[in-house]
Amino acid sequence: MRPAAVVGTGQTHHAAKRLDVSMAGLCREAIDRAMADAGVDWPDIDAVVLGKAPDQFEGVMMPELFLADALGAVGKPLLRVHTAGSVGGSTGNVAASLVQSGVHNRVLAVAFEKQSESNAMWALSVPTPFTMPVHAGAGGYFAPHVRAYIRRAGAPEHVGTMVAAKDRRNGALNPYAHLKQPDITVESVRASTMLWDPIRYDETCPSSDGACAVVISAEPTSGPAAWIRATALRTEPTTFAGRDQVNPQAGRDAARALWKQAGITDPLSEVDAAEIYVPFSWFEPMWLENLGFTDVGQGWKLTEAGETEIGGRLPVNPSGGVLSSNPIGASGLLRFAEAAMQVMGTAGDHQVDGARVALGHAYGGGSQFFAMWVVGSEKP
Amino acid sequence: MTKPLSAPLDVGFDYTRSLGPTLGRFLTDLRRRKVTGIRGSDGRVHVPPLEYDPVTAERLTEFVDVASTGVVRGWSWIPEPLEGQPLDRPFAWALIQLDGADTSLLHAVDAGSPDRMSTGARVRVRWRADRVGAITDIECFELSDEPADEPVPADEVTMVTTPVHLHYTHSASPTEDPFLRGLMEGRLIAQRCPACSKVYFPPRPACPTDGVPTTEQIELSDRGTVTTFCVVNVPFLGQRIPPPYVSAYVLLDGADIPFLHLLLGVAPEDVRMGMRVEAVWKPREEWGPTMQNIDHFRPSGEPDAPFDSYSQHL
Ligand SMILES: [Zn+2]
Repeated sequence: MRPAAVVGTGQTHHAAKRLDVSMAGLCREAIDRAMADAGVDWPDIDAVVLGKAPDQFEGVMMPELFLADALGAVGKPLLRVHTAGSVGGSTGNVAASLVQSGVHNRVLAVAFEKQSESNAMWALSVPTPFTMPVHAGAGGYFAPHVRAYIRRAGAPEHVGTMVAAKDRRNGALNPYAHLKQPDITVESVRASTMLWDPIRYDETCPSSDGACAVVISAEPTSGPAAWIRATALRTEPTTFAGRDQVNPQAGRDAARALWKQAGITDPLSEVDAAEIYVPFSWFEPMWLENLGFTDVGQGWKLTEAGETEIGGRLPVNPSGGVLSSNPIGASGLLRFAEAAMQVMGTAGDHQVDGARVALGHAYGGGSQFFAMWVVGSEKP
Repeated sequence: MTKPLSAPLDVGFDYTRSLGPTLGRFLTDLRRRKVTGIRGSDGRVHVPPLEYDPVTAERLTEFVDVASTGVVRGWSWIPEPLEGQPLDRPFAWALIQLDGADTSLLHAVDAGSPDRMSTGARVRVRWRADRVGAITDIECFELSDEPADEPVPADEVTMVTTPVHLHYTHSASPTEDPFLRGLMEGRLIAQRCPACSKVYFPPRPACPTDGVPTTEQIELSDRGTVTTFCVVNVPFLGQRIPPPYVSAYVLLDGADIPFLHLLLGVAPEDVRMGMRVEAVWKPREEWGPTMQNIDHFRPSGEPDAPFDSYSQHL
């Protein structure tokens, strides 16, 4: 496998409703920024990979076909990736593999979601005959598993509120974030409405329109590069007898493979920044354990000690993460791009000083799809 | 084998599309009884206008007025129109190259009979009276060489509503079928995997772990344990019960996988992981092939199950 690097990143200004642009225009806002960042033009791009979550979110079957002109894909290979909410991460991994394998020299990865075109909660709960209707809505699927985590880990209640306050404060440092709440506090999160007990309103992600793009290249271009040191994808069924919904095996397996491939033996010491898919606050400590940053049952202690703040031992979601912007299909690629930006030194006000190794992580469906990469400033 | 149960499944949503500058201009002009194309980098005029050039991928900005008359470049006769199509009587789908355009637009021609259709036929736009800024503002094309109605003023269009409706017949799988027929008799039918011996309720066509068909049927009681739960405080589309209420994972005695159901008859703050519960069935005359025959679960009054008895089901 030959080395490959992220040489450019771009994203849209994320918002609840980007009514000023079409789906094509939304994608291009991110693409144009990524290509300018990379210093490349269309003839430099060999193939395009598009990621997007379920088609019923926008009601367009196979949107990659009608978007081909906007994606600059005419006359080039165009692939669509779909792994539910993790799709943005999977898109980055697929694009990376096309370069690492030597199939293409330079690949454009794009992911988007335009949630304002419909209603994701409706789209995910179409009532199928003979099956139980959903009684709990969107967060209701994950809330019982969060409760199970709190019980198993013996975690104090305020850890979730700490994550929410941190990520929203970080979001205020990110010019592209949907939610910017510099004055949010643990107390104000705690005072927000309890939606799906134990998940409060301020502990849930927003619904956003947005897109993200990265240019992945076998050779550096004019600017900085984030070298892809490892990628991993793993999957498991949504439900099976004995499934661990709090600490899914697919996530553990993906992380183990990722660290091994990256040559990392102690992730907590060797990783400088992590962009982890946290749509509900408690998933920060849950995924810290699943990823092997801490032992099982210990993730919340890292959060509680403030070590996941910018300036802490492992800054998690310095960009504000999914809790600050959630264009579903793009959210995973945003994690991957933000990790790349950290090691490229282009993260601006939410830059982690001296970050040289960073993790990008995404999960999707009922915690059944996992996608991750490790990027570094040094060529492997 | 009897035919598995089946039922209609209708899925529909009115999608709200934001158009952006190019498509917004096109649909605004249609509302004004005017057809607008866009010039590509190779000089071709694309109708409908493309947002980005198919050759260079650059954003296109040079709008070009084209005529509302044109020529049929290809067509297909539709003897029995379907729901959502432009006309409710037989018509032709046609590729129409408007005068001044270099590409063809797909639309309906109200020709009356396939005998009157031909490639090369001259057509003109028939404008809809109540135009909203949509491709259906062109009601259809008609066979004529005369110019269509003149443009009129109209407000700018930035959004379009696109209703999408799909009609399916959903069939239960051969494994689901005995489970559903059991429910109609108030019985809870599970199946055991021959490889790992795990008991699945509801049953699956195959064990997700071993990939082998589950064949052994087992009848379970309607008592179980709450493994975990959430308290729903938020109202949402299609909700059946006013919040707050408890949505709980129930592990039936003898089953190896929990399922989500309602837990009522207890204050949400008194619900615990490990709480023992029993089914409350709807009146028998309301039973159908659905888990909704169980209206909800309620506490059975038994002592809580120890954590170890359900911890591997979280
Ligand atoms: Zn099995």
